[in-house]
Amino acid sequence: MNAPGGVWMRRMIASLLVVLFSAASLNFVALAADTLTVTGAGATFPYPIYSKWFNEYHKLHPEIQINYQSIGSGGGIRQVLEGTVDFGATDGPMTDEQLQQAKTKILHFPTVLGADVPTYNIPGVTQELNFTPEALAGIFLGKITKWSDPELKKANPNVNLPDKNIIVVHRSDGSGTTYVWVDYLAKVSPEWKTKVGVNTSVNWPVGLGGKGNEGVAGLVKQTPNSLGYVELVYAVQNKMAYGRVRNSAGAFVKADLASVTAAASGAAKQMPADFRVSITNAAGKDAYPISSFTWLLVPSKITDPAKKKAIKDFLQWMLADGQNMVEALSYARLPKEVVAMEQKALAQVQ
Amino acid sequence: MQKFARRLKQGDEVAYLITFIFAASIIVITALLVYELYTGSALTRERFGLRFLTSSTWDPVALDFGALPFVYGTVVTSILALLIGVPLGVGAAIFLSELAPPRISDGLAFLIELLAAVPSVIYGLLAIFTLVPLMREYIMPFLESTLGFIPLFQGPAYGVGMLTAGVILAIMILPFLISISREVLLAVPREQREAALALGATRWEMAWHVAVPYARAGIFGSIFLALARALGETMAVTMVIGNDPKINASLFAPSYSIAAVIANEFSEATGNLYISALIELGLVLFGITIIVNAIARLLILATTGGRTH
Amino acid sequence: MFTLTGVCAFVAVGVLFFILGYLLWRGAGSLNLAFFTELPKPVGEVGGGFGNAIVGSAKLLALASAIGIPIGFIGGVYLAEFGGKTPGFVVRYTTDLLNGVPSIVMGIFAYAIIVLPMKHFSTLAGGIALGVMMVPITVRSTEEFLRAVPQSLREGALALGASKWKAVTTVVIPAAMRGIITGIMLGIARVAGETAPLLFTAFSNQFWNSSLREPTASLPVMIYTYAISPYEDWHQQAWAGGLVLLSLVLIANLTARFVFPHKHAGS
Repeated sequence: MNAPGGVWMRRMIASLLVVLFSAASLNFVALAADTLTVTGAGATFPYPIYSKWFNEYHKLHPEIQINYQSIGSGGGIRQVLEGTVDFGATDGPMTDEQLQQAKTKILHFPTVLGADVPTYNIPGVTQELNFTPEALAGIFLGKITKWSDPELKKANPNVNLPDKNIIVVHRSDGSGTTYVWVDYLAKVSPEWKTKVGVNTSVNWPVGLGGKGNEGVAGLVKQTPNSLGYVELVYAVQNKMAYGRVRNSAGAFVKADLASVTAAASGAAKQMPADFRVSITNAAGKDAYPISSFTWLLVPSKITDPAKKKAIKDFLQWMLADGQNMVEALSYARLPKEVVAMEQKALAQVQ
Repeated sequence: MQKFARRLKQGDEVAYLITFIFAASIIVITALLVYELYTGSALTRERFGLRFLTSSTWDPVALDFGALPFVYGTVVTSILALLIGVPLGVGAAIFLSELAPPRISDGLAFLIELLAAVPSVIYGLLAIFTLVPLMREYIMPFLESTLGFIPLFQGPAYGVGMLTAGVILAIMILPFLISISREVLLAVPREQREAALALGATRWEMAWHVAVPYARAGIFGSIFLALARALGETMAVTMVIGNDPKINASLFAPSYSIAAVIANEFSEATGNLYISALIELGLVLFGITIIVNAIARLLILATTGGRTH
Repeated sequence: MFTLTGVCAFVAVGVLFFILGYLLWRGAGSLNLAFFTELPKPVGEVGGGFGNAIVGSAKLLALASAIGIPIGFIGGVYLAEFGGKTPGFVVRYTTDLLNGVPSIVMGIFAYAIIVLPMKHFSTLAGGIALGVMMVPITVRSTEEFLRAVPQSLREGALALGASKWKAVTTVVIPAAMRGIITGIMLGIARVAGETAPLLFTAFSNQFWNSSLREPTASLPVMIYTYAISPYEDWHQQAWAGGLVLLSLVLIANLTARFVFPHKHAGS
């Protein structure tokens, strides 16, 4: 019974336990004694700027860790309703029914302005494409199936569009980016409005599903002849082509800081008290038609005093210093009027 | 002396009690699991009833949920996996049990069993960057050009889709098929083999016409076990199936499996009906895997006399 | 005809070497100190590492073992030594049932009984989900190796005057110990790679995990997130992470096999 390998195995198990234990305790060494972790989840639309913000904020306040997971706006709404996260994030504002489900009132705080862009991967086509509202609706409804369709050719007479199938890519998860996109489509296409509707998760007529903005960008990047919608920064960071969209004034506009800010200018003056507003298909000849605010969802009553202070302090910082970091990541700053309103609204978080 | 004996007996009863409590906790946990699945899905079970299993709409906006596209995707990818995996797997098992010398057979079998240890997410990682481009650039166009008259092989080649998911699943179930089939084949009594050879059969004839039929029940058992694994696979499938809840005749089209939709949508489903629909999907999947596993156990038990994998 | 079957066998083995080779090729280059010790960088920035994911996985596995090993081991002892016919049958059947639960359903279960009441995603929930998955594996291998201990040993111990439980604890279990430990190691290796149950239990974390009641990053979840992203730098890290995970799992399996030689039927 004194089998060979007995001593050896005991030593191995001992070393395994030592490794496991030291690995687990290593991270207690890495932490300061009183680390406060605040957990948030939601939109992937603003994830690049949020992860930058929370990283910078942690450097300024090493005892506070704000852990944000980008699982999609649908997830942000659901988890903040369930109370399993301390705050949520969404680019599709909560509906009245969703707000009614909340046990504590949920407040919306806009953070940045961003844009959904139609990004595509067509081998051989390097020019910027122009997309009409009819083209976008038709493609996503499954009625326009080839890149060489007349609707697309009309808007892009100088581009050699191939006679290939358009591979549509959309979100597989509950998404505010989707909300913004379909909100726009519903405004420009009555057929979309009745057939599919507006929500963070819809019954897509066609297309592949990618998880998060990251997943959609990944799929479009790897799939030739594909078309998807992502937040502007994802297309920029990954050097992906994205097109211009015709706005309500008839001009083909590319998404950038100026055009997104222009889209928000009208709303800024008429911002409702709860900050829930849609700025898709905004008026104005310079406005980019698929722009949106994005919001942090904060419960109006936070029982843990440390977390409440951390969240309120962060929001203050976000409205001031934080705004200085957004343009580097292609997000537009909040209009001055909105910032002023939010600073007053902070008092509602108790 | 009697006191001592009584103390000893008490020790036994204590031991029995302790071990029984731990064993019973397994029953409690499982019962709790089934209970949670059952109550969590109550909303949709009451609203849709059996229609849930036959409806093919998955519309979170209109709050109309049906399981059919996911059941379809799960079943078809698993069947594809079997169609590809079974010939490969049983063939390899025959080689390992009949032809290969014992040392090589053991060595190769060991290596193949290591495949079972590879985590699903790693299969998915590899599939995204190797299998998907391969399917999109070479295999799907090839199938379309040769077999394109069959609706199964029509439509644009996305790379991701039903067929790709079937292929990666086939690779993932291969080790189970091979190792169990090999064991049941090795368990075929020597007398059967020698009798066949004595009657003048070639080694191949002995293998194919005697050993395999004898071990047939066990081989079917391994197929059902592999099927149960394929049905429940989550990560590798969601990374290559395309995530589209539609029923499509073509194998090139994107699809969706039950496990994949739960993984993608569970943490975000807003509204109790939506969550309930996803939990009911989990219940359906659980039910299917129970049945398949039970059949597998019965078949394997029949051949190897209780010694399961 | 046999050559065809030989081809099948070598294709199967070939897949294993392809997986290993490809991971080595794509991942080895990104394995540096930073990878093992640093936190992930903000989205879009190059650099950072999987430090918190590796530590997180270690914590999850420690938790899972704390649950899976006691219940599995003692449950297996019950089945092999103390159980009666009917209770034994029920426990065995239930264990098989639990074994067949798809991993994503286990995630739903852990979410319902831990995350919701706690109102928090947590390492604890993830550890419990993985622990419950470990139970059937551990029960099965414990029972198998205990049963394999020759009856003569038990009878010898009893003949020397030991009570049943003494015989079991001092003679039978030590005899089967090597096999049982291999079973446990294989169980740990198996749950180490599970991703689905962690998606909505342990969630994920961009920082070092500070407490069991907080979410934590883990190796499989990070690999998944990075693999489906569009960032080339993240892909590199996913390969490296995959290589690390696979190496750990394979080392555990190899060690288990060489410490306890595999026995098969009919040799």
